[in-house]
Amino acid sequence: MALKIVKGSIDRMFDKNLQDLVRGIRNHKEDEAKYISTCIDEIKQELKQDNIAVKANAVCKLTYLQMLGYDVSWAAFNIVEVMSSSKFTYKRIGYLAASQCFHESTDVIMLTTNQIRKDLSSPNQYDTGVALTGLSCFVTPDLARDLANDIMTLMSHTKPYIRKKAVLIMYKVFLKYPESLRPAFPRLKEKLEDPDPGVQSAAVNVICELARRNPKNYLSLAPLFFKLMTSSTNNWVLIKIIKLFGALTPLEPRLGKKLIEPLTNLIHSTSAMSLLYECVNTVIAVLISLSSGMPNHSASIQLCVQKLRILIEDSDQNLKYLGLLAMSKILKTHPKSVQSHKDLILQCLDDKDESIRLRALDLLYGMVSKKNLMEIVKKLMLHVDKAEGTTYRDELLTKIIDICSQSNYQYITNFEWYISILVELTRLEGTRHGHLIASQMLDVAIRVKAIRVFAVAQMATLLDNAHLLTGNMQRNGICEVLYAAAWICGEFSEHLENPLQTLEAMLRPKVATLPGHIQAVYVQNAAKLFATVLKSQEGNTDSTTAQETIQLMIDRLPLFVQSANLEVQERASCILQLVKYIQKLQQKDVAVAEEVIALFAGELNPVAPKAQKKVPVPEGLDLDTWINEPPSESESEDEQPKAIFAKEEPKHSRPRHTEVDEKELARRREARKQEQANNPFYIKASPSSQKVYQDTPGVEHIPVVQIDLTVPLKVPGLPMSDQYVKLEEERRQKERAEKKKEKKKRKEKRSGRGKKHDSGPESEEDITPAHMVDIVTEEMPENALPSDDDDKDPNDPHKALDIDLDNLVEMARRRPLADSEKLPVKSHRATEALKSPDGEAESTSQEAKKKSGKEKKEKKKDKDRDKKKSKDEKKKKKHKHEDKGLDLLGNQSDDAVNQSEGPSEVAAPPTSTAAEVTDLDFWLSNAPVPSNAQEAVTVAAAPVPEVASGSPPNSEPEESPKETETEESKSSKPKKKKQKKDKEEKEKKKKKKHHHHHHHHHHHHSDGGGEGSVQNGTVEEEEEPLPPMSNYCLLAENSYIKMMMEDADQVCDIQGNLQDGSQVVVSVIFENKCESFLKSMEFNVLDSLNSKLQRPEGAGPHDGLTVPFQLPPGVSNEARFVFSVQSIVMPQKLKGTLTFIVKNEESSTHEKLDFKLHFTCTSYLITTPCYSDAFAKLLECGDLKGSSVKLEGVNMPFHHLLARICFHHHFSVVERIDSCASMYSRSVQGHHVCLLVKTCGQTVSMDAKCDEPALLGNVLDEIKQTFSQC
Amino acid sequence: MDTWIHNDHCLMSLTAQVCLAQQHCKAGRLTGSEVTSSGRMITFILMVNRQGQTRLCRYYQPLKLSQRTALETDAVRCCLSRGRDQCSFVEYKDFKLVFRQYAALYIVAGVTDDENELSVYELLQNFVEVLDKYFSRVSELDIMFNLDRVHLILDEMVQNGHIVETNRSSVLAPLTALDKMANG
Repeated sequence: MALKIVKGSIDRMFDKNLQDLVRGIRNHKEDEAKYISTCIDEIKQELKQDNIAVKANAVCKLTYLQMLGYDVSWAAFNIVEVMSSSKFTYKRIGYLAASQCFHESTDVIMLTTNQIRKDLSSPNQYDTGVALTGLSCFVTPDLARDLANDIMTLMSHTKPYIRKKAVLIMYKVFLKYPESLRPAFPRLKEKLEDPDPGVQSAAVNVICELARRNPKNYLSLAPLFFKLMTSSTNNWVLIKIIKLFGALTPLEPRLGKKLIEPLTNLIHSTSAMSLLYECVNTVIAVLISLSSGMPNHSASIQLCVQKLRILIEDSDQNLKYLGLLAMSKILKTHPKSVQSHKDLILQCLDDKDESIRLRALDLLYGMVSKKNLMEIVKKLMLHVDKAEGTTYRDELLTKIIDICSQSNYQYITNFEWYISILVELTRLEGTRHGHLIASQMLDVAIRVKAIRVFAVAQMATLLDNAHLLTGNMQRNGICEVLYAAAWICGEFSEHLENPLQTLEAMLRPKVATLPGHIQAVYVQNAAKLFATVLKSQEGNTDSTTAQETIQLMIDRLPLFVQSANLEVQERASCILQLVKYIQKLQQKDVAVAEEVIALFAGELNPVAPKAQKKVPVPEGLDLDTWINEPPSESESEDEQPKAIFAKEEPKHSRPRHTEVDEKELARRREARKQEQANNPFYIKASPSSQKVYQDTPGVEHIPVVQIDLTVPLKVPGLPMSDQYVKLEEERRQKERAEKKKEKKKRKEKRSGRGKKHDSGPESEEDITPAHMVDIVTEEMPENALPSDDDDKDPNDPHKALDIDLDNLVEMARRRPLADSEKLPVKSHRATEALKSPDGEAESTSQEAKKKSGKEKKEKKKDKDRDKKKSKDEKKKKKHKHEDKGLDLLGNQSDDAVNQSEGPSEVAAPPTSTAAEVTDLDFWLSNAPVPSNAQEAVTVAAAPVPEVASGSPPNSEPEESPKETETEESKSSKPKKKKQKKDKEEKEKKKKKKHHHHHHHHHHHHSDGGGEGSVQNGTVEEEEEPLPPMSNYCLLAENSYIKMMMEDADQVCDIQGNLQDGSQVVVSVIFENKCESFLKSMEFNVLDSLNSKLQRPEGAGPHDGLTVPFQLPPGVSNEARFVFSVQSIVMPQKLKGTLTFIVKNEESSTHEKLDFKLHFTCTSYLITTPCYSDAFAKLLECGDLKGSSVKLEGVNMPFHHLLARICFHHHFSVVERIDSCASMYSRSVQGHHVCLLVKTCGQTVSMDAKCDEPALLGNVLDEIKQTFSQC
Repeated sequence: MDTWIHNDHCLMSLTAQVCLAQQHCKAGRLTGSEVTSSGRMITFILMVNRQGQTRLCRYYQPLKLSQRTALETDAVRCCLSRGRDQCSFVEYKDFKLVFRQYAALYIVAGVTDDENELSVYELLQNFVEVLDKYFSRVSELDIMFNLDRVHLILDEMVQNGHIVETNRSSVLAPLTALDKMANG
């Protein structure tokens, strides 16, 4: 044994370590591959040894080789071995290798689960750290699921080092295992306020990342982040937070307003450029989101633009680049502010750095106006001439066209100018954007009728000089324009001055060297021209011209008939036959021109790019089935139609929008070649430096004489755009002069002494287009709407994380954390936490359900208790938004179970979304803001505890110091009682409640269900506001005190042990009606066999419970009492007494009040959501017994009816379809109660099923009673 | 314009698959299965020398080996072609390269489009400063010979593609502990 160890260490001495390997590779430059392969062999040997040190060394070397690009996946198992070493030195090598080599499909990963879990819980923080780091690189969905709970525990580790890492890796876990988000979120949120800045920043990172994808779920965290933003000094964190706000503001404009100030402060104060840049970016984003309603932020915009200008003027290229980048964002909403910096941007076009030039170009795109378009384009044309390198020049070209054609040629005032620009662009050597120019030419000619004469003339010249363009076949990109030229000349041949000459040009033998699709257009349009010539010669007595033309056609067409391109061939032979026939007729002196013209009659209108998509698919046509078997891959590319761009709107016809088809691929391949050719670092495949275009059909066979043209070509006889600029200037001048004259005249007419008014720089509107521009819109199929329907990508991994976390409690209300959503826990751990006698799973789920039920209740109760809530909101507000928002679920259920609650607890936040949202409202509404917030204030300001109406607002000893504001509002607003008996006040109250309801309605409509059917939500979310409902009923009252009970509002079955009985919590509101102080209240109930009041340990069965508060005059407070109940199938009544001391200045007296507690069967029901499929199963199983009831004369909307049942009887709607709804509830002891409610006129029929008929009967009776009361 | 350029490039190179899929995510169309679309983050960090040899690589998104090699070559080419007078940000496919040059060594970070370029630029400087402190005047050889340690440092600073720690001494803490362990 000892020998073995010695041997191992000796071996090791002779092994190469990483350094040796690196050195070796450097020494074997010439035969590196060979050397490495011997090394790999050695490593394989080393891996076979038992010594872990040797293995680790080998794995370390493998990591290096992997970096060099060698596949080391074969050693995956060895890596796992090294990972599981107990020594940190080796372990980290293993983890490093794993993080570099493992990926989701590495199968050994599943072997690592236990090892990683062990490492995560290792006492050595570095073990844990290295495991976390490694895990973040290779976490798989399985690992995420299995380890989520362990990592979550680590989030609360004592060492910040671990906490930080655990928090960060949680993001990866969420991505891989979205179910973990809900349970982990509360803790993650906690970490935002971790004392360690590192952990805090990690949490910020993760939440920012989550929020960026699904911002709406994180809106409620805004106050917290705001606090962090104003307090943090860490720039990295600040940047993240500011980014996050950028994502949130579009959802909540008020947030934006709040942000502007601190952000501008930061912009002013910070010296960190990265932070400045981020702030500017976010301010821009905020302003964009505000731009609709808030025009008064020009100061902020100005500030941003100024700062950006400084960046752009900076000598640091990085800043310049970013400045331009940010500038382009401003441009979108505030073009005016950017336009004033035109000089700077044009200057950037001369920059040495291409990426800066490209950014500047982008900016120019948005800066053009009618006024400066010509000037800018002129500058750009200059750059085109100067530009080195095709890429940049092509970029310029596309930009020019983009700029000119944007928003339907909005900025072009003179189309003659534009056409001449296009013609000038055809001089570009070696551009690959010929088709772009061509499609522009076509588009303009087709859509701007007034320009046709001019365009046709230009195109004719172009055709005439075609040899100059096509002289060099290498530049075939540009010959695409001939396609357009030929088509325009043919289609609008009536405008041609000399059609015969053009016809001649189109039939030159040289044309046969053009690409096939262009030839085809030539032939077809030659026929059109032919028809025009015939027509013009028709009346002519001298028929020689006509005959010559016919002869010309007959002579030249055979060339095309022989074309290799089928299309050309077909068209040519067709037309040739036609011409021959015409010749025959002509010889017989038959007038044929009309008929020939008729062949090409009719206007061709542009078709909208989306038109095809909008054509409805005829019935019975399946577009997805193959008509024939799919063609084989090897099909020659020559068969592909080359150009499809004719008659499409230019903006959309660009290749970037078209689907990636074969042709596109070919084009891109070509583009890539071109780029590679320009790239000095690319080793070219062919020895010649010439670019070879292999995929141009029909061209490669033609021997081409190279013409080397270094000087840009001037196409003779073509007008230059410059002259149009001049002309346009003159025209505008004239126009202006005329206008001025007119104005002057008018002025003089109006007031003789009128001062001369210089109209200053002309405004946009003043420039009238030179032509009456008639831009033809595209055709669409009937009934088609030109809407965009961009479908969202269903596979986005972040979609799974779109979970409403706004408030987990809120969610629990809707849907409890189901079993499946609990993080998987190894059972031995779980049992430590939960001491339930039942299975762990069951208790978890029950607990969850219980929570949900409670939450639901709570939310409803909120409505009745808004005063309390608002009180508390007030507090929160006072506490400078310190409020942490929601409590953890756990804490909360504890609260509910605790039978005695002090005053502070009663006032504790009813943690429902409503509170949360209004909270956000409060936070946002610090500034004077719209009605929404005002409303919130009113609600909040309205009332302190329930005070008998009319009684003067007495200050409460404990509350008054904090609540001065409340006091003010108290005096201004008479307090309302919730009780129904105050009829005259009910109206007002109703209004208030309605508002409140609207309020959270407004905030939550987004997460409601479908339209027709509502699933598992309360109906109230969807429909018009409901009348207020209260579950409180009067318990007893005397001159001193009033007791109101909510009928057993909280129902819990904590033990989950049904035989031992269940617990029912009763909330009782005590209200002091007299002028004296009430104290020493004791609550006692005479226990029955079935129901017992739960008393603290040691108390006898007849002892009363002390009510944990005293009541000053006019104040009310709430206490809760827990009862345990045996059987729940029958309603029960319990007799009770309340004793208390009435104390005033003179005396104190003992008083007593008797009451009867009424436990309805309803109170044993827990609102439990149920899914329709589960519901259906339940009904199918047949264990349930049915019963039904009919209610007559119910006069309320259906959704009110449902809401009432939900509210008073603790049901939840499973599904609702029109006037029919299925509802579900569950009793404390697990009885299912199903309800089918149908309404017809004033009759409501309810079919109910339950596994306990007695319970069902009672519940139905109670429902009946509820509706008979109203 | 951007999307178009990217689209173009995407099909051109071997690494296209990933980028293309991401692109499609953006465009709201289809997507391949396995690709996790990135958040706002650093997608990879590379160290390469003038000869184009990789000295360090760390990917925060899974990438096939062949794709890595292609990406590295491309990235190096992009950075090498930039002069001193050009900015350190290169738009490359659908993300950006942020790079810094130290003598013959380039450090390149691939970041998503909406990451703050300047902050990453700062991070690279910070990273080199930490290396410099640990190796006291770091050289290319240091990085090659101590690849595992460099990784450890990097992992302390960047995790998951997010910046975690920028304080020099806390970054080096685990490493110092490790060295002590090895010595003692």
